[in-house]
Order: sequence, then C-alpha cells, then structure tokens
Amino acid sequence: MVMRFTEEHEWLRLEADGTITVGITDYAQDALGDLVFVQLPELRAYAQGEEVAVLESVKAASNIAMPIDGEILEINEALSDAPEQVNQDPLNAGWFFRMRPADPEALGTLLTEDSYAQLIKA
Amino acid sequence: MTESLLKTPLHALHLELGARMVPFAGYDMPVQYPLGVLKEHQHTRAQAGLFDVSHMGQILLTGDSTATALESLVPVDIVGLPVGMQRYALFTNEQGGILDDLMVANLGDCLYLVVNAACKEADLAHLKARIGARCHVESMFEQRALLALQGPAAVSVLARLAPQVAEMTFMNVTRVSLLGHDCIVSRSGYTGEDGFEISVPVEGAESLARAMLAEPEVQAIGLGARDSLRLEAGLCLYGHDMDTQTTPVEASLVWAMSKARRAEGARAGGFPGAEAIFAQQQNGVSRKRVGLLVQERVPVREGAELVDGNGAVIGRVTSGGFGPTLGAPVAMGYVDIAYAALETELFAMVRNKPVAVKVAKMPFVPQRYYRG
Repeated sequence: MVMRFTEEHEWLRLEADGTITVGITDYAQDALGDLVFVQLPELRAYAQGEEVAVLESVKAASNIAMPIDGEILEINEALSDAPEQVNQDPLNAGWFFRMRPADPEALGTLLTEDSYAQLIKA
Repeated sequence: MTESLLKTPLHALHLELGARMVPFAGYDMPVQYPLGVLKEHQHTRAQAGLFDVSHMGQILLTGDSTATALESLVPVDIVGLPVGMQRYALFTNEQGGILDDLMVANLGDCLYLVVNAACKEADLAHLKARIGARCHVESMFEQRALLALQGPAAVSVLARLAPQVAEMTFMNVTRVSLLGHDCIVSRSGYTGEDGFEISVPVEGAESLARAMLAEPEVQAIGLGARDSLRLEAGLCLYGHDMDTQTTPVEASLVWAMSKARRAEGARAGGFPGAEAIFAQQQNGVSRKRVGLLVQERVPVREGAELVDGNGAVIGRVTSGGFGPTLGAPVAMGYVDIAYAALETELFAMVRNKPVAVKVAKMPFVPQRYYRG
C-alpha cells in the first residue's frame, strides 16, 4: 500500500483502482483538537493548492488544500454528522475525499512516510 | 521579539498534567489537557472541573470608607452589600464605556475584588488614582493564586476539605482554612454551574490543586473549555463582548446596575458616565448585545458580520463557537436595535457565505447556581 504525505499534514493513499484517498494525519488531528465541523469539496477538478475543505475545531478554523492536481470523485458524507471521526480514526473512518490525480506520477513527488515522520519530529 | 510570558504558581503542574500551553493576557496558560476541550467541557457540566485562574487580579480595599469610595467607580450597590456576599460589578469611564468587569466581595474588614487579567494593572492604577486617598488599595497579584472548582460535584469535593462550604449559597463569600492555608472562598464562577472560586496564598496553591485533582470527580480544565462554558452560560468576555466602546445598556448588562444606583435610586449616579448611561436608558440605544443560535452546523466566530435578509450589515459577532452541551454552534454579538428582538432571523457571514442565525435568549444552557 503506497502512502504519501504533505507538509500540510495530509495523507494520500493509492487505491487498487488508481484513485487516491486523502485525509489528515494523526499529528494534525491532535494539533487541531476536537473537530466540530468539516466542510468538504464539490465533486469537480481542483488545482494543487486550492482550498478544498475547511476544518473547524472547538478553537479555530483551518483550511485544507488540494495536495495535487486532480478531480474529486467522492467525499466522506459521514463527516458532516460525525466530524469527531477525524479525531478518532484519522487514517480510516476520518478520510475526507477520494480523487483521481491529473498526473499519476504526482503522488511520487510527495513526502514518504519516513520523511514525514522526520518533519513532525523537527 | 518574544516577550517573556508570566507563569502562575501552577505552571509546573500544568506541564506535568500534559497541558497544551498558549499565551493569554501575558501568561503562559493551559488551553487544554490531554482530555481535550469537548470532554473537559462535558466533564465540568457532569461532575467537577478545576481551573487555574491565577492570572486574574485580586485586590484588597481596606479603610473606613471603602464602600462609598468604590461606589464612585461602579454603578453597583456596594454600601448595601452585606458581609459575606459578593456582587458582579463594572468599572465605567466618563463616556459610560466599560473599563472592566469584576467581582466585589464584602469580607467584613475589607472589600475583596477580582478583576480580569488583561486589565489588572490598569484597574489597580485606576483605583489608586481615583480612590487611593479615601482607602488603602492593595494588590495581591504576587501573593495569591485563584482556583475555580466548577460543576455539580464541586460542593461535595470541597466539603471534604471544609464541610462548612456546603452551607454557602450562590454569591456567598467567606474565609476558610483549606489544608491549613488561609483561603477566601466564594460560591460563584463563570461557567453557569454551581461551584466555587478559591483564593489561596501562592505557597499553598499547588498542594490545594493536587488535593482537589486527587478526588475522583475532578479533572483539570483549560481555557478552551472555560470559554465554551461561559459562552453557553451567556456570560460576557471583556475585550470581546464589551469594552470601553460599549456601555452597560448596549452590552445588555443593565441587570448588573443596582436599583440604588439607577436614575430613580436612593444613591443615583455618582459613578463615571452616569449621565450618559441614564440618557441611554431613557432614550434607548442604537445597538445591543444579543444571543444568537446558529441554525446550521458551521461555527460562527468572533468578527463575523451579521446581515439582514437583504445582505445589509446590521451587526457583528463578538464571541462564537461550538457549544458542546447544546450540541450546536452558539454566538453573541451586537445588532442594530431594530434587529434585537428574540426570534429575529439574521445571517452571519462565514467565509463569504450567509449562515442562518436567530436572536435567542441567553443563557443558552440553563444556569444551575445553588441558591439554597
């Protein structure tokens, strides 16, 4: 299973069908604190860096950017009623959206698990 | 560049408990513990939470004419404040604006004041300048810590250390020895729950905090939950929901102005800005603080503009967030008086999108003070 990470603490998991599932890391959910609202993107193409989601914790709002160019195929509807799933299970039930990358090679340019682990240790 | 932050006497304990620390009013303060804001909030409403509020300012007024002197600065009946009672008060300025909000307790031989952390140096200077010749104004900023024990189990917890506190009712205040330390205990707080605020000498603060935290009902609670608790209780945060630009009338705090000090009262006026405030009571105000229930799940936060159905800006949110007990976002803010009636439907602009809100009665969660 291929997993890559961004400096903005997103994880990207390559699925068997070539699509990519995106969420935030355990480190990120812990730093944000209890989430009370998640606004997810529309089903359309977004460019890398475009704002695709807003996370509201009890403390503040933060933005999630599109990690690589691509089209959003599916969003995790369960989060609108249960945003706490992001805190409880960030890597599985707390996923945000599934996307098709514009360039399948783009995933490889992101951080590996080891590089990400070093980033959050620093 | 980074100004060094002050530390309360419980700073080391916060770190030991795994708190996440943030700068607040010049102090390095715990915003949350490992439990997290939501659970800390719910724990306080269900059992008991211990808050370090030692950053707040404690001031003693002593002398023969403390009550009349203090009455020259607040629209509150201090002369008629019985021994063993405390009252909520406001320092006003010459325009009727609010300099700070505070608690005033009559301990018999002195008046004991608790003021906001961010205002405490200014409040102390104000007191010394305005009434320093009529009474002795003494800061206890370095001498005393302040703990708040809040929630339905607070009374049974504190009564294990001092059984007599169970006899106190809301707004009672008394000197109590806790673990051998001379404390000032009031049955009050800022969460909407029953509970106590405990002033303890700095050297006794940690042992007292540890003793309370050792009780099974008690969790340490950070500033994050303190804010969501006070917001649900409809209580104002100074510098956000009121400031020098808002009067008690605009801030919907007329209830805090004692009958005796109002225009028709026995000791009417005589506090800064009295004429301006009385004129507003007589003629009305153009804007007012109201509660807002958010009709969607998205939190509406401080600074959000409030608009009417046509998109015209008619106010602004001054406090807002998620109310864990309510299970929904809540907010308060100032609106043009034409929109201040209960049930008025408005919109808050969040990320350029209108979010439906409704003017609502405060508190959002029923207060559960112990009145005997």
